[in-house]
Amino acid sequence: MDFVDTPAEAAFRAEVRAWLGEHLRGEFAALGPGNGPSDETGWDVRVEWEKLLGADRWVGLTWPKEYGGRAANVAEQIIFNEEYTRAGAPTRLSFFGEGLFAPTLIQFGTEEQKQRFLPEIQAVEEMWCQGFSEPNAGSDLANIQTRAVLDGDEWVITGQKVWTTLAHRADWCFLVCRTEPDSTSHHGLTYLLCPMDQPGIEVRPLRQMTGSSEFNEVFFDGARTAKENALGPIGEGWKVAMATLGFERGTAFMSSQLAFEGEFADILRIAQKNGSARLPALRDELANAYAGLQVMKYNGMRMLTNLVKRGDVGPEASIGKLYWSTWHKRFGETAMSVLGADALTVLRSQDGDYEIDDLHYIFMASRAETIYAGASEIQRNIIGERVLGLPREPR
Amino acid sequence: MNFAFSEEQEELRRTVRQFLEAKSPETEVRRLMETAEGYDTSVWKQMGQELGLQGLAIPEEYGGQGFTFIELGIVLEEMGRVLLCAPYFASAVLAANAIMNAGTDEQKSALLPGIASGDTIAALAFTEPSGKWDAAGITLEATESGGKFTLSGEKMFVIDGHVADLIVVVARTAGTSGTDGISFFTVRGDAEGLTRTSLSTMDMTRKQAKLEFNNVVAEPLGAPGSAWPAFSKTLDQAAVALSNEMMGGAQKVLEMSVEYAKVRVQFGRPIGSFQAIKHKCADMLLEVESGKSAAYYASWAAAEDNDELPVVAALSKAYCSEAYFHATAENIQIHGGIGFTWEHPAHLYFKRAKSSEIYLGDPTYHRELLAQRIGI
Repeated sequence: MDFVDTPAEAAFRAEVRAWLGEHLRGEFAALGPGNGPSDETGWDVRVEWEKLLGADRWVGLTWPKEYGGRAANVAEQIIFNEEYTRAGAPTRLSFFGEGLFAPTLIQFGTEEQKQRFLPEIQAVEEMWCQGFSEPNAGSDLANIQTRAVLDGDEWVITGQKVWTTLAHRADWCFLVCRTEPDSTSHHGLTYLLCPMDQPGIEVRPLRQMTGSSEFNEVFFDGARTAKENALGPIGEGWKVAMATLGFERGTAFMSSQLAFEGEFADILRIAQKNGSARLPALRDELANAYAGLQVMKYNGMRMLTNLVKRGDVGPEASIGKLYWSTWHKRFGETAMSVLGADALTVLRSQDGDYEIDDLHYIFMASRAETIYAGASEIQRNIIGERVLGLPREPR
Repeated sequence: MNFAFSEEQEELRRTVRQFLEAKSPETEVRRLMETAEGYDTSVWKQMGQELGLQGLAIPEEYGGQGFTFIELGIVLEEMGRVLLCAPYFASAVLAANAIMNAGTDEQKSALLPGIASGDTIAALAFTEPSGKWDAAGITLEATESGGKFTLSGEKMFVIDGHVADLIVVVARTAGTSGTDGISFFTVRGDAEGLTRTSLSTMDMTRKQAKLEFNNVVAEPLGAPGSAWPAFSKTLDQAAVALSNEMMGGAQKVLEMSVEYAKVRVQFGRPIGSFQAIKHKCADMLLEVESGKSAAYYASWAAAEDNDELPVVAALSKAYCSEAYFHATAENIQIHGGIGFTWEHPAHLYFKRAKSSEIYLGDPTYHRELLAQRIGI
């Protein structure tokens, strides 16, 4: 056991710190850390910031060098996330493109596909959204009904996707479609890449309980994409989608714990100021939140050590997703207790507006976290069946 | 960053597990828990002479093997897994660390080699009938007269105090309060004026005693009156050690639950195929793995003896206690009626878990310590 940087890691840390010190200034520094991957605050400035990151290959940190990446190892990835979060830099825009799609593309894509899409992600010229969930394919994701048929050298897509985060900002969508008409369940699906700006696609915003609309419904009515825009083999889209979900449950949220530390510090400051930190029940709750957060960090370090040794995070990643989402939900409730009567009002809830502060945002947005990327009940099934080897439910 | 055990440490775990599976099966646990002494002298000797376990984390200059707290944690985890009945926690953890933290070189040379070899069984007497786990709970008085110290008062819940050859006692100088005036002393187990009474413990696999001191002549351990920092550190180390021990038991009951859920059939299918049971097991795994992360990290902090120790000790004791108790409680529920019987081992773990949760202070107490230590 060893929790100290090696000389190489220390040098990398110094490089990241120096770069952030030099570039995170002015309007970029003023953005602050924001509220996670779906937050749209300060979008245009964040696009400019992300382009700066991309130009110096901080976007694509882990990609192989031949695709413009830095081929960073897991330790360097953690160091970058630590320094980035500590510096209070803006929430990254590229969760779906860089975080979910790019690693899937690197694993399953053809050489042409990688050359076509990776540079545009790194240059922040193309944004991506994820088209998995449908009205009747939530936890039962394999029940996908959006169809795609080949018409000459184009796929024609018809159906509906839902909960599509930032679809209204995206240039491309990676989506799973049923390409074998009589197939059921996870058979006969194909993972397609489809441009968003075309007449066959309509994006309708869904307003969330937070008052904002980062989610969308996406309607495909004869939308078209080129035949070569299938990722992985035709009919084997399920396997590719599972890889994306693996990244989503595993490494993509690696830095969440660091963001949560910032949130904890904010709430602690409020609790000390308004006196709630002196109430025994709330002291206990705050200490419990802190303990839970540290344990999250220790779990992450153990998981990442396994990742380095074994090469994959494996089904244990489900423990991480279940853990952090459950912790954050309770933390949101703690935040309201700390606010006390001040929790009763938000920034504005009149004349059709509903604007909330960061603590109310945590309280509300965390309800989605135990639902998306595989609901907690699904995570428990995965842990039960794939980690503990318990028998499957008869289906 | 590398948060994993080394190959040598994994080898130590395999060796200790093999030994304990042979020497401490359930039948032995049940036999020993019904005895007054509560341990097997020949197994204790083998632990000391063949495996060197009692002296594992004692420096070589004092007759030990000179390993770190990380190796000690591994051994405790394995002992917790089988509910080993032996005065290991009392002697090799509580008393040995108190002596290492507080003793002069001379005292360490005199006291530690016996503990390291297992020839001496030592215990740490600090808690009193008030049941407090901090400095304020220490009221047993030390009186100095003509360069000689005598102790008068009562100690309770002294783990393995009934069989200890050497007792490390935490006492207070008359007229002091709080963390001032705290001293360590050593007395022989058969000292004149010392009355030892075995307690009827809820957890029969770990014995405790009441010790009554009536003008017992005692030797100071370290400088009298200023032992609080060494005592506080001993308590933190004990919390880390107990956290590791608890996770061994927690892992074992998780395995029991999962095995049973795979073979017990109701409604024509294994009960583990029902989400009601499957999700319980998943939550147990999450808590057990998280508890291990906390306990292992705490072992590392104790091995490094760094600034993080007080925080992670309180944190891991609070987290692991709840994880262990929850796992043992769910284990009974998953087993159904059989899990409630005397014959089934579920209750042994359930009782050990609750005792361990309360010993050294319950989770609420440790979260308050944590709150103070991180400045809430």
